[in-house]
Amino acid sequence: MAEVLPQAIQTTIEGAEALDRPRPPHVRRKRSSLASLGLHATLVVATFCALFPIAWVLLSSIKPASEIRRSEIHLFASPTLDNYRTLLGDTDFPYWFLNSVIVAAFTMVFGIAMSATAGYALSRFNFPGKRSLMWTFLLTQMFPVAILIVPIYTIMANLGLIDTKASLVIAYLTVAVPFCAWMLRGYFDTIPRELDEAAALDGLGPYGTFWRVVLPLARPGIAVTAFYTFLTAWAEVAYAIAFMQSSRNYTLGAGLQQFVPQFSPRWELLTAGAVLVTLPAALVFFFAQRHLVAGLTAGGTKG
Amino acid sequence: MRNSFNKHWYAWAMVLPTVIVLGVLVFYPLLRGVAQSFTNLNESNQRAEICTKVLGGAETCKPNPDAAQFVGLDNYVDVLTGAQGDFWLQFVNTLVWTVACVVLHYGLGLGLAVMLNRDFRGRGFYRVALILPWAVPSFVAAFAWRFIFDERFGVINGALRAVGLDPVAWFEQRWTSLFTAIVANVWLGVPFMMVALLGGLQSINGDLYEAAEIDGATPWQRFVNITLPGLRPVSSTVILLGTIWTFNMFPIIYFVTRGQPAGETEILVTGAYRAAFEGIRDYSLAATYGVLILSILVVYAGVYKRVLAKQGEVF
Repeated sequence: MAEVLPQAIQTTIEGAEALDRPRPPHVRRKRSSLASLGLHATLVVATFCALFPIAWVLLSSIKPASEIRRSEIHLFASPTLDNYRTLLGDTDFPYWFLNSVIVAAFTMVFGIAMSATAGYALSRFNFPGKRSLMWTFLLTQMFPVAILIVPIYTIMANLGLIDTKASLVIAYLTVAVPFCAWMLRGYFDTIPRELDEAAALDGLGPYGTFWRVVLPLARPGIAVTAFYTFLTAWAEVAYAIAFMQSSRNYTLGAGLQQFVPQFSPRWELLTAGAVLVTLPAALVFFFAQRHLVAGLTAGGTKG
Repeated sequence: MRNSFNKHWYAWAMVLPTVIVLGVLVFYPLLRGVAQSFTNLNESNQRAEICTKVLGGAETCKPNPDAAQFVGLDNYVDVLTGAQGDFWLQFVNTLVWTVACVVLHYGLGLGLAVMLNRDFRGRGFYRVALILPWAVPSFVAAFAWRFIFDERFGVINGALRAVGLDPVAWFEQRWTSLFTAIVANVWLGVPFMMVALLGGLQSINGDLYEAAEIDGATPWQRFVNITLPGLRPVSSTVILLGTIWTFNMFPIIYFVTRGQPAGETEILVTGAYRAAFEGIRDYSLAATYGVLILSILVVYAGVYKRVLAKQGEVF
């Protein structure tokens, strides 16, 4: 066991890094400078398109309201943090932020806890019902908000849970659990089966193997799945708007909407809010993203 | 049976928590939703009992005479003939929306992935910069694009005015309005495709390219005969996922176009949502929409999978 483990860790790390490494150079040809120019020009345009909306919202968030309502464009105009002060001091934004953190964190923890063993079983064992379970996971990804939101709403109303965070966590789990199981299966697949066999030889049962060998090795994959689940809950709006009714119970998506009604929208507050919502999400995202796609697509392509 | 239980009990035990959650949180509501689509349930008739307080604080309850009733296929007939809601308008919007978004996601994502897969200076910077939109929560992106396209204060109309053109009233016409939503969603969705396809490109064996080059294949031939087939496994998954996600993409339409003008840019999902939670809440209508949307997607996924299986790829 002791000899096998470091090697396996190595394999996982290598697998995760493969995405970032440039492919071994197979063609060492010089590109003509014209082609090189075209390449950079295209990428610069693409980068501009990708960054502009973010930059624009960021710049607008530090403009005074009167400046946002002008029809001429200025990149900078008497920069100020007033919008942020108003947002944090005079609105319910801090409540929304806290609510979102709580809801997303609970969704994340329950989502992983409920799906980890299933991901392992799907990765390692052939058992009757496996295929239909995989299909079910795919199918639940297809569920439009539209089909579950009404029945879940009526169930929550009967249970008296409308306007509580619990109702949102429960609603988010409908997506999070199958998603986590699917993702985790992909990550468990990258852990060599030889380890399981070695553990079995050492006398560990299937549960022991899972808890003491596979789970510790899958930690990066679990972290990524967890964070992605967190982000999904962080960004959800449909259930949040339907279920939450008092302003202090809103989560961020439902709350921000209050700033931009049809008439006289307050874009200065919205842009400031948008920046504060995006910052933590972006940080979490950049930690997780490099391992994300591998898991997402591995689930779909490996037998 | 006994034998199979002995052999598989631990696998079944391991999937049990997930199965229970799926059963209680997904299938029970799903069945309820299907059942609701055969009733006339709405905001005013949702109570099965009417309870009245009597003197002394006790409550007496009696069945609600106006409670929701079973109405058979009436909802489906109403929806599909257009007697209630705008199913077909929203269906066309959904198709245009989904096809446009997925084609642009995949096309742009593939183009950028191919470019980023080369070796050149600044590659790392471009890669991070181009992924950034993915880090933005979808509702924030929706608000941002609504702000950018805003008819009076938006930067796009500002730029049009600055160069002497007339500002466009984006949200007063169906197709320009839908266009703004598509732009927002493409912006949001390209990074995922790009990263997924980049991963796929890096798993293609470099020797193939070398061999092709020795055989005198042009860059285009190499792309068509090596790159595209090599990307097949990744492509088939991301296109299926992308289609489903776009089809169900709620926040972009809901916040960018808000259905303007007059509900003409609503897609099926947002249409169902508005039926359920805006105005007089028509739960049964929304449930009917839900069943129809799910049926469309299941048929699509089934056909898609069958086509793939025919070409020799099954997962």
